Amino acid sequence: MSWRPALSRYARLRHCPVRDSTLLVVPERIVVLSTEAAAIVALCDGTRTVPEIATRFPPEGADDVVGFLADLKEHGWLR
Amino acid sequence: MAAVNPPWAMLAELTHGCPLRCPYCSNPLELTFREQELTTDQWLDVLAQAGDLGVAHVHLSGGEPLLRRDLAEIVAGAARAGIYAQLVTSGLGLTRERLAGLTAAGLPSVQLSVQGADAASSELIAGRRSFAAKERAAALVREAGLPLGLNVVLHRLNLEDIDAIVDLGIAWGAVRIELANTQFYGWALANRAALMPTRDQLDRAREAVERRRRRTDTELVWVVPDYFDGVAKPCMGGWGAVSLTVAPDGRVLPCPAAYDLPLDLPNVRDHGLAWIWNDSAAFRAYRGTDWLPEPCASCPRRETDFGGCRCQAFALTGDAGRTDPACALSPDHGLVTDLTARRDGDLAYRASAPR
Repeated sequence: MSWRPALSRYARLRHCPVRDSTLLVVPERIVVLSTEAAAIVALCDGTRTVPEIATRFPPEGADDVVGFLADLKEHGWLR
Repeated sequence: MAAVNPPWAMLAELTHGCPLRCPYCSNPLELTFREQELTTDQWLDVLAQAGDLGVAHVHLSGGEPLLRRDLAEIVAGAARAGIYAQLVTSGLGLTRERLAGLTAAGLPSVQLSVQGADAASSELIAGRRSFAAKERAAALVREAGLPLGLNVVLHRLNLEDIDAIVDLGIAWGAVRIELANTQFYGWALANRAALMPTRDQLDRAREAVERRRRRTDTELVWVVPDYFDGVAKPCMGGWGAVSLTVAPDGRVLPCPAAYDLPLDLPNVRDHGLAWIWNDSAAFRAYRGTDWLPEPCASCPRRETDFGGCRCQAFALTGDAGRTDPACALSPDHGLVTDLTARRDGDLAYRASAPR
């Protein structure tokens, strides 16, 4: 698959120092990302394919990474 | 009491001025004078403080926020503070140039109000010619590549038009349509009998929403008519728990409907936002569950709805500390069931904001 995930134009990824967590912010929704999820989304800059992102994580979690990216795309938060 | 969690969201009522005169307006009957509004610098300071406090979302609303000539500066202030901004607008006054300035300042999304599915029904509620301007505004937002949300307040005069409203939203390119049953505060409270739907209208509207949800990717949000459901809505996710509202003149409210409550409302002109959120008497008044009366105190839903809406308890019983009468378990629930049967036809349009 040649999809190179990037954040949707209207989604914002930000660190929240008050809560010491990373937030994915879109209209009407704020998603508090786990450390792993934040690391995955941070790699979505439009230059890497899904397999390239998945190889950054332990092999037993590769399916989870792929599924997570697909979920975010389904929501329209990744393009 | 346990440590107070930081707020997630802020509603910034930048002005109470508005070109529309919707009888369901949630602004208070006593509108803030334009000359009492916070200055640009004061709003920028409020946004910086809000970001520091943990606010992640701000709705730039009103009234009509486009009436503020410094709106792009305010948008830039939200972006600098790391706060995601949504412009909540009637669409009147939105030009291509104006929108370009706002997007350049960092505006990521727009929510547009529409009052009905066509010009005649929309303008009957808006009180002036406005439908064509809204259609243009929707096209401009899409052209700018911003996600468009549509919000439609529902009541007796448009509840039967759900299909046409959803069709309109899809045609205008909305990613999200908020179908918000009228909440009876402010001008809507004054117009309650004229806006009150019938149970039959609500049942059919709810069916239409369910049917359309199965056939569209557009997100359809249904804001419940709590007078009819017998279940209280969670008061803002808890009083002083999730969000705050800043009025045009700097007063800070735990809820946009709280203007009339017997609270000493703190003002950003006098206090820091952190003190207001954490320590002010107004924000502590109904925070948590310790203050709950019966039947709420022993209710399994107490952490779900926090006794319901304080502003509704006050509006209907005169005591903001009572159980929300919308709850079927409230000793005052009869007030609500009586009101759902009371209907008349006269709409009173909201006033213009005084200079």
